[in-house]
Amino acid sequence: MKESGKNFWHGVRQAVGVTLILMLICGVLYPCLMTGLSAMIMPNHAKGDLITVDGKTLGSEHVGQEFTEDYYMWSRPSAYHYNVYTEGEDGKLYYPDGTEFAGLSSGSDNYGPSNPALTERVEADMEKFLEKNPDVKREDIPTDLMTASGSGLDPHISPEAAEIQIPRISKASGLSEAELRNIVEENTDGKLLGIFGEETVNVLEVNIAIAKSMGIL
Amino acid sequence: MFQIILTIIIYLIIVIPVGIYVYHIAAGKRTFADPVFDRVDGVIYKLGGIDAEKGMSWKKYAASLIGTNAVMMLLGYIVLRIQSIPLLNPNGIGGMEPSLSFNTIISFMTNTNLQHYSGESGLSYLSQMLVIIFMMFVSAASGYAACIAFIRGLAGKSKDNVGNFYADLVRITTRVLIPFSIVGGLLLVWQGVPQNFSENIVVNTLEGAKQVIATGPVAALEIIKHLGTNGGGFIGANSATPIENPTMLTNLIELYSMMLLPGACVITFGKMVRDRKRDTVTNTEGGEQSLVSAKDYHPALTASIYGREGRSIFAAMGIIFIIGLSVCFWAESQGNPALAEIGLSQSMGSMEGKEVRFGVAQSAMFTTTTTSFTTGTVNNMHDTLTPLGGMIPMLHMMLNVVFGGKGVGLMNMIMYAILAVFICGLMIGRTPEYLGKKIEGREMKLAALCIIIHPLLILTFSAIAVGSQAGLAGITNPGFHGLSQVLYEYASSAANNGSGFEGLADNTLFWNVTTGLAMFFGRYLSIVIQLAIAGSLMKKRFVNESSGTLHTDNMSFAVILVFVVYIFAALTFFPVLSLGPVAEHLTLWS
Repeated sequence: MKESGKNFWHGVRQAVGVTLILMLICGVLYPCLMTGLSAMIMPNHAKGDLITVDGKTLGSEHVGQEFTEDYYMWSRPSAYHYNVYTEGEDGKLYYPDGTEFAGLSSGSDNYGPSNPALTERVEADMEKFLEKNPDVKREDIPTDLMTASGSGLDPHISPEAAEIQIPRISKASGLSEAELRNIVEENTDGKLLGIFGEETVNVLEVNIAIAKSMGIL
Repeated sequence: MFQIILTIIIYLIIVIPVGIYVYHIAAGKRTFADPVFDRVDGVIYKLGGIDAEKGMSWKKYAASLIGTNAVMMLLGYIVLRIQSIPLLNPNGIGGMEPSLSFNTIISFMTNTNLQHYSGESGLSYLSQMLVIIFMMFVSAASGYAACIAFIRGLAGKSKDNVGNFYADLVRITTRVLIPFSIVGGLLLVWQGVPQNFSENIVVNTLEGAKQVIATGPVAALEIIKHLGTNGGGFIGANSATPIENPTMLTNLIELYSMMLLPGACVITFGKMVRDRKRDTVTNTEGGEQSLVSAKDYHPALTASIYGREGRSIFAAMGIIFIIGLSVCFWAESQGNPALAEIGLSQSMGSMEGKEVRFGVAQSAMFTTTTTSFTTGTVNNMHDTLTPLGGMIPMLHMMLNVVFGGKGVGLMNMIMYAILAVFICGLMIGRTPEYLGKKIEGREMKLAALCIIIHPLLILTFSAIAVGSQAGLAGITNPGFHGLSQVLYEYASSAANNGSGFEGLADNTLFWNVTTGLAMFFGRYLSIVIQLAIAGSLMKKRFVNESSGTLHTDNMSFAVILVFVVYIFAALTFFPVLSLGPVAEHLTLWS
C-alpha cells in the first residue's frame, strides 16, 4: 500500500512537472520567439499588411471592406458588414445599413441551402443591384457577388463580378471604362502557379486606385 | 479538378520523408538533429523530474496520459476563468463563464477544438497562448504518444513495455511539433498572417467610416492548429478569414500541415510492424518458413515506403477519402437549385459561405480533409454546404477512420481491421489473425465496444437534443437541415473533430455540457480500450503463417476493409442521414 502511494505521488509530480515546463515552452517561449522573429525579419507582414496612403491607414490588404458609393467597387454581402461602422448621433455604433454594430465579429449568416431566409436575402440583394446597375441582365450577375463569404471578410470578388460593375462605376466616377478595366486588371491576381485557387480581384486596392484617379485621395 | 488531383499527388510525395522522420522519432532511432534535441530533452526531463528511461505497462501508460491531461485541464481552466487580468490582454476581454470554460477546456485537451466562443471577442492573448496554443501542442502529442504506444504493442518487441509516456510526449513536442511549427509559422507570416501582441486595429475607411481589424499572435496558433490536427481558430470564422488564411499558398500550407502527420503515422505503423517481421526472419535461421518470408523482403516500391501492412491501411483510407472528396466536389459544383430558381447563375457552384480565392474546388478539398483528418479547421462555412456536400464531412466524422487526427484515426482503423479479419475468419472458418497474433474473444469484445461507443455517443446525444426544449432551442435552420445541425455537432464532438454547422446557437448550458461529455468519452474511452487491446495482443505468441492465413498486406484486404467500414456506417447511420442531408437534398432538387 505504502509502495503504491509512493508511486502515485511520483506520478503526480511527473505530471505536474511536465505540464508546467511544456506550458512554459509551448505557451510562452514559442509564441514570443515567433513574434520576435517575425518582427525582425518581416515587420510589415507581422502587422498584417496594412495599407497606408499619405500616412493614413486605410485598411489591410487581406481584409475586405464594405463600400456603398456608386463610384466604388462593391464587395460581396457580409453578415457583419466587414466590421465597418460609423458612430451615430446617439453615440451608438451602426453598420453602414443602419443596423446596430455587433462588435468585432466574423462569419456568415449560416443559412442552410434550403433555408428560405437565404433566397429572400439573395433576392433582395439582386433587386437592389439591378436597380443600381440598370444595364445588367439578371442572369448575368456572377454567383459570388450575391452570396456571402464564409468569413464575412472576403477581400476579393471574381473578375466577372468586377467587370459587371464597371459601367456603373464609370458613370458615377466619370472615369472611362477602359481606365477602370486597367485598374481592375492591375489589381487582379491569377491562380497560384496558374493552377491552384481562383482568379481574384482585390476590392479595396481597386477602390484606392479609383479614389486616386478621381483625385479624392 | 486538375488542381485537386495535383494537390493530392504533392501530398503523396511529401508525406514520405515526414513519415520516415516520424518513424525515427517513434522508434527511438538516431536522426541528424539528435545532438541538439537530446540536450533540450535532457533539460526538460531534469526540470520536470521525469524518469524517461523507465518503461511502462499499457495500464501505467494510459494512467499517466489521463493524469497528465487532467493536470493540464485544471491549469487551463484556471487561466480561462481569470483571463480578464491585464496581462497580455490589450483588448480588455473579460473572464469566461464556467460552462463555456468547461466545454472549451475539454474541447482543447481532447484535440477536438469545438468552439462555442468566438476567439476575437472571447479570449485574451494570454488565454490564446497559455491555454489554446499550449493545448494544441500537448493534446496532439498525447494522441500521437498513445498511438505510438499502441503500435509498439502490436509490433510486439516486448511482452509488457509500451514505452514511457512522458518521454513520448516531450519527444514529439520538441522534435516534431515545435520545429515544424516555427518553419511553417514563419511561412504564414511571410504570406501576411499577423503575428504580434498589439491591440485590434481601427482604421478610417475611404468612405469616412471606421473598420476594426482583428490581430494578435495569429500565425503561431495557426500553424500548430493544423499540424496538431486541432482546428480551433484564433478568429471565429477560422481559416475562412483572410486574417488566418490570406492566400492560396497559406491554404496549401495549412492543408498539408494537417495531412502530413496523420499520414506519417500510418507509415510509422507500417515500418514498425515490418521491423518486427525482419527481426523474426533473422532470428529463425534456416527453415522453409523464413526463406519464404525473406523472399518478401525485396518488396515493391510502395511496400518499402509504407511498409506492407501500412500500405493496405493507407490504401483503404485513401479510397474512402477519394470517394468522399469526389462526392463533395461534385455536389458543390452543382450549385444551389433554390438560388437558381430565383435567377442567380450557379455557374461558379455553390458560393454561399465560400471565399472567392479558394472557390469550390479548394473548399471541397479542405472540407473533406479537415473532417477526414479530424482537424476541424474550416476554410468555408459547413452549414452552408449543399446537402450532399455537407453530408460528406459528417459521414467522415462518423467513420472517424480516414487518416484521423494525431494517430487516433489509425487506431480506429486497426479496430476495423480486427473486425475485418474476424468477419473473413468466420467466412473461411479459421481463427482470425492480425499482424501474426490470434484475435480471440477478449480482443473482439474490446474492439466491438470501441467501435460501438462512437455511434452510441452521436446518436444518443442527438436524440436527447431533438427530444428536449434546450436542445431544440439551438437549431437555427428550418426543416431537415435543423437535424443535420444537431447531428453534425455531436459527430464532430465524438470524433474529436471540432468543426461545426456554425449556425447552431451552441453557447448554452445544455450544448456546452452535452458536447463536453461527448468529446470527453469519445477521446478517453477509445484510447484506453485501444491500449487495452494492444496490451492483450502483446502477451500472445506470434503464430506462424500457413497457407490458410488471411493476408492483410495486400490490395484485396484494403478493399475488404473499405467495405467493412462502409457497411458498418450504413447499418448505424443510414436512417439518421436519410432524415437529415438526404431528405434535404431530395426536397431541394425535386
